[in-house]
Amino acid sequence: MSTLLLAAQQAGELKDGLQSIGAGIVYGAAAIGPGIGIGLVVGNAIQAMARQPEMQGTIRTTMFLGIAFTEALALFGFVLFFLAKS
Amino acid sequence: MPLLGAFEFPPIDELFRWKRFLFDDTPFGINKTVLLILISSLLILVIFIGGSRKKALHPGGVQNVVEMTYEFIDNGITKDVVGHDAGRYTPFLGSLFLFILFLNIWEVIPFIQFPPTARMAVPGFLAIMVYLLYLVVGFKNQGLKYLTGHLFPPGVPLALYILVTPIEFVQLFLVRPFSLAVRLLANMMAGHILLTALALLTAYALKNAPIIAIGPFLLNVGVTGFEILVGFLQAYIFTLLTAVYLGDALHPEH
Repeated sequence: MSTLLLAAQQAGELKDGLQSIGAGIVYGAAAIGPGIGIGLVVGNAIQAMARQPEMQGTIRTTMFLGIAFTEALALFGFVLFFLAKS
Repeated sequence: MPLLGAFEFPPIDELFRWKRFLFDDTPFGINKTVLLILISSLLILVIFIGGSRKKALHPGGVQNVVEMTYEFIDNGITKDVVGHDAGRYTPFLGSLFLFILFLNIWEVIPFIQFPPTARMAVPGFLAIMVYLLYLVVGFKNQGLKYLTGHLFPPGVPLALYILVTPIEFVQLFLVRPFSLAVRLLANMMAGHILLTALALLTAYALKNAPIIAIGPFLLNVGVTGFEILVGFLQAYIFTLLTAVYLGDALHPEH
């Protein structure tokens, strides 16, 4: 065990490992909120479509808009993931 | 001994950085990305000019596709989102949609399998173009009211302006173009990395434990279908958001 730890500390490997863990946490944390948000958007859009099928076109367009805005946050996390890794 | 333990993913640079093979050492060097962009532009020109030349009363084949695409942009995006008097933005929005769509679809074409939109230069340039366009249209149509209407939205309690105004400023001038570019880039980049990872996993499993290879292979086929959908959706969303920003610049309180 101790030899493993020693080996890991050579040549900045510990730093690399911590960087990878940090990058993983960055993306994972950034995906939580948008995941909930997109679920809410789509769920409510489906409910609206079921209640008023004649408004389907408008609701779908608005739903995609809502998804696009919500998703942007997760994608910022995705880009930060690459920045944090390098 | 883990079966897939030694699997190593290549560095990200290797997936996206292509060597120039023509006119190297000049500012006009051509690599795979540039070549794909040129081919797509040419394809769009040929299909759409060729398809709209005959103007048959009962359209068939290519003409049908061209007319349906035009109607989809004109009715679904321009008239619905920008406004009924905004027909002159249809050519711009249509070109934008088709350009992004064609570039995205290269991701799933066999033997090419690289979306040029996964390089920041392409979505970045498109986003800057849209950014300048909606700012110019907004200030030309509404004058300074465009700025004040955004920075000081009506119906907000006076004290809240301390909070609202900076947020709206950042939103209008920074977040909009940045998110427009990053959304397209990140979606295509993620798709490309996912497909590469699954393909490499299949190849690796095929070499070491052929029975396992069926899993990543089937997943790869499924994800390829999903990526076609994503390519369409991202082109549509980019155009839709452009239309929303344009409509917002044309009509206050929309």
